[in-house]
Amino acid sequence: MSEFKVIGKAIPRQDAWAKVRGELKYADDFSLPGMLYAKVCRSKYPAAKLISVDISKAKSLKGVKAVLTAHDVPRNETVTKFGQSTDVKGGFEGLYRVLAEEGKKIRFTGEPIALVAAETEAIAEKACDLIEIKYELLPGVFNPEEAMKSDAYLVGEKDSNIVNEFGCITGDIEKGFVESEVIVEDRFEIPFIDHAYLEPEAGISWLDDYGTINIRVSTQVIEHFRDVAEVLDIPHNKVRYIGTMIGGGFGGKEDITVESFIALLTLKTKKPVRLVYTREESLMAHSKKHAFIEKYKIGAKKNGKIVALEAHYIGNAGAYTYLTPWVGLYATVSATGPYKIPNVKIKTQMVLTNNIFASAFRGFGSNQANIGYESMIDELAIKLNMDPLEIRKINCMHTGDTLSTTEQVIKTYIALPEAAEKAWAGLGEPSISKEKNTKIGRGIAMGLMSYGRMTFLRDSSRCYVKLETDGSLIVRSGIPDLGGGQISLLSQIAANELGVPMDKVKIYYTDSMLTPLAGTTTATRQTYMSGNAALKAAKIVRNNILNKAAEVLNVNPNQLDIVSEKVIVKFDESEYLPLTEAIQACNAAGIELYSEAQFNAPFTGIPDLSNIKGMTFPDFAFGAQAAEVEVDIETGQVKVLKIVSCYDVGKALNPACVEGQMEGGSIQGMGYALSEDYDLKEGIPQTPSFTEYIIPTSVDSPDVKTILIESGGGLGPYGSKGIGEPSYNNIVPAILNAIFDATGVRIRRLPATAERIIRGLKKEYFKK
Amino acid sequence: MEEYQIELTVNGEKICSAVQPEQSLLKFLRSKGFTDVKCGCEKGDCGICTILMNGKTVKSCITLAMQANGKEILTAKSLEKTEIGRKLQESFVKHGAIQCGFCTTGMLMAAKGYLDRNPVPDKNEIRKAISGILCRCTGYKKIVEAIYDVATENHGVEGDIDV
Repeated sequence: MSEFKVIGKAIPRQDAWAKVRGELKYADDFSLPGMLYAKVCRSKYPAAKLISVDISKAKSLKGVKAVLTAHDVPRNETVTKFGQSTDVKGGFEGLYRVLAEEGKKIRFTGEPIALVAAETEAIAEKACDLIEIKYELLPGVFNPEEAMKSDAYLVGEKDSNIVNEFGCITGDIEKGFVESEVIVEDRFEIPFIDHAYLEPEAGISWLDDYGTINIRVSTQVIEHFRDVAEVLDIPHNKVRYIGTMIGGGFGGKEDITVESFIALLTLKTKKPVRLVYTREESLMAHSKKHAFIEKYKIGAKKNGKIVALEAHYIGNAGAYTYLTPWVGLYATVSATGPYKIPNVKIKTQMVLTNNIFASAFRGFGSNQANIGYESMIDELAIKLNMDPLEIRKINCMHTGDTLSTTEQVIKTYIALPEAAEKAWAGLGEPSISKEKNTKIGRGIAMGLMSYGRMTFLRDSSRCYVKLETDGSLIVRSGIPDLGGGQISLLSQIAANELGVPMDKVKIYYTDSMLTPLAGTTTATRQTYMSGNAALKAAKIVRNNILNKAAEVLNVNPNQLDIVSEKVIVKFDESEYLPLTEAIQACNAAGIELYSEAQFNAPFTGIPDLSNIKGMTFPDFAFGAQAAEVEVDIETGQVKVLKIVSCYDVGKALNPACVEGQMEGGSIQGMGYALSEDYDLKEGIPQTPSFTEYIIPTSVDSPDVKTILIESGGGLGPYGSKGIGEPSYNNIVPAILNAIFDATGVRIRRLPATAERIIRGLKKEYFKK
Repeated sequence: MEEYQIELTVNGEKICSAVQPEQSLLKFLRSKGFTDVKCGCEKGDCGICTILMNGKTVKSCITLAMQANGKEILTAKSLEKTEIGRKLQESFVKHGAIQCGFCTTGMLMAAKGYLDRNPVPDKNEIRKAISGILCRCTGYKKIVEAIYDVATENHGVEGDIDV
């Protein structure tokens, strides 16, 4: 292996300067001559039969170029995919409709019914108002427990609202509870939440000279070109995605957003069409994080050793399936967290309701599990009068252990309880309460979260690396950059292997037809998957250079390295060949100085979903977060004073980016714990904008302290692990446990608003 | 609808244009090619469209284009023309205070506007100064540190970025 030159250094990202200069063209910053503006006409009701859609008035409005309904969509009913090139059936089909169909049910408020393209935005909006829609209102069902009943209103056309069920059984749960000396039971309700990325969905489409549909769009998944082609009923290779730098995604731009709409309108009008959502439309139109109802029961010995854990999850999928089955699977596999428990029974049911549909969101089901088990472990500690850190130490997994749910053997290093000890110690001296009415409390939570996709999805990523004749380096990858530094990381890896400075590396990225497909920027998979693909490609070019240079220098190739644009003889740096000369020598000999390499994750079959066993993920990241809060017991107001985030990242390839994920993940999670609630009443959104949907501001947020453990034990390049989602995974229960420590109030219904804390305090007071 | 003529300078460039009375300054600027001014909510919640109008930070989405008549507007593209602007850009890059970048131009303008008024703030004052602008990616720490670094340089003291 080559020495680290740029790997492990907090170097500025390649996209940074374009961003501070305001030069970067996001999806909404791009226009074409003669382009039309699109608008989507949406349902006002959450549950109805669509009787008729009359577009005649809208169509005759001056400046309107097209009005489309479901009749105009070649394949209106489709299944959502997220980039996989292998089909996984068995209940995993994520059904959705492009536009609501006459005679069929409307399932949620905001469901798209018709599309308009017009000369101006104002005309398009006016045309939407002129579309006459007749509905027959239906009762709908909004609560998942109601929706599961046999006589419940049916959200869709199937005879049950249950999308699918998952289970995991280890040992003998009955026996486990008989052996238990203490038992704690509880129920938690976790709401829908929104990604709240700052860039609303946007895209533009046009036809090129050969009739190919080009779509320039903000997306986490350029492989959706296939899905759009299927909607249009044209060959896959006639749709091209050009992915822009994404203004935040967090899973919310994993499903198709505007692309099918603009593609349909462009095909119809033969003109460029742009569609940009307003904030209100964005909140109404895109997926949410699944709301969960969780019932937990944990049995333990008096010494704190957990012997049994039973959990029942009911996941609220909202109106359409989308990625719901996968989320359910994540929750099921994560249900015991990083704890060794001999007797386990997990049951997960994912249920349709007439709410906004739920799909991907940073954490993808693992968070909801983490909130449950980490609140329960804390309750157990209190019941046993044990220290919260101590009980975690007694029960946590160690290197070589298996997951208590699936019994998958974890082959990499498990940094527990190390991470929890470090996070807890990182809080430092306790803060002193300044006011009479405030109380200080501390909480800890630890967990595990996968990086890389489910192994039965058979995931792969490709990357291209080429050395130019002047010694500059070209990288090509279909990788979408979510803001985590994805493109820059691939450049860094190639630069490191080929001894080229970062400013001589140019990456061409995120084009579904011109850059090798790298798969989705989701599931914390890009460092692992595309990082390994870039490393593999760079190593092939590197070896070709070294072999040729060895001939010239008359040494063995393994005595050579490439440093600062020189092929050097190790231990004798005075002897070297300039990289450009080595390149010339290769070119003269017809030796290839480019490579397109593919990295494959481990592949497995689809598990038995009623009792999931064996490998379902390539690996997991382990870590812990600790929080200190100050609660005003008169107002219920919570102020988070300190957050410490400690993770085993394997190897921090760019420490500034890793810290950025850990700091941002912690603060996003603080919002989940304290304020975020995408509230719906009978299917009508109650938080239609950022005035009502409250995310943390700079004054709410403490400076997150990050502690990086670098075990070198990850499956990513140079022993790295993914950190995007894991960094968001323990913070919610850490804060909830801190609130309990301060007040004695256990938050069972999120978020922990001032009102709920005050109500809890009153309850505790009257108990006494 | 009736249109009105306005005249203003944007980043030193004189612009004369007819506008509709209800058009926001944000939409006006973007229509003139200043796409470095970002649109996130159009109701003053997210603050990423923050610009400087006669030196004062304003959210351009809740300012009418007509209110900018006769005024001097600065957007992020003007930053490299001033020393403090360049320092802020460098500091954001160096600290890794940028992730998706969608709030970055608004953050930079808020920082510039604030440091122009108060060149030596402490970290809490910086937190307050940028509290009108949302960032969903970074958790704000690196943004505050980046601005603080420029501020301490203004003061000619050693930067203390530990908390």
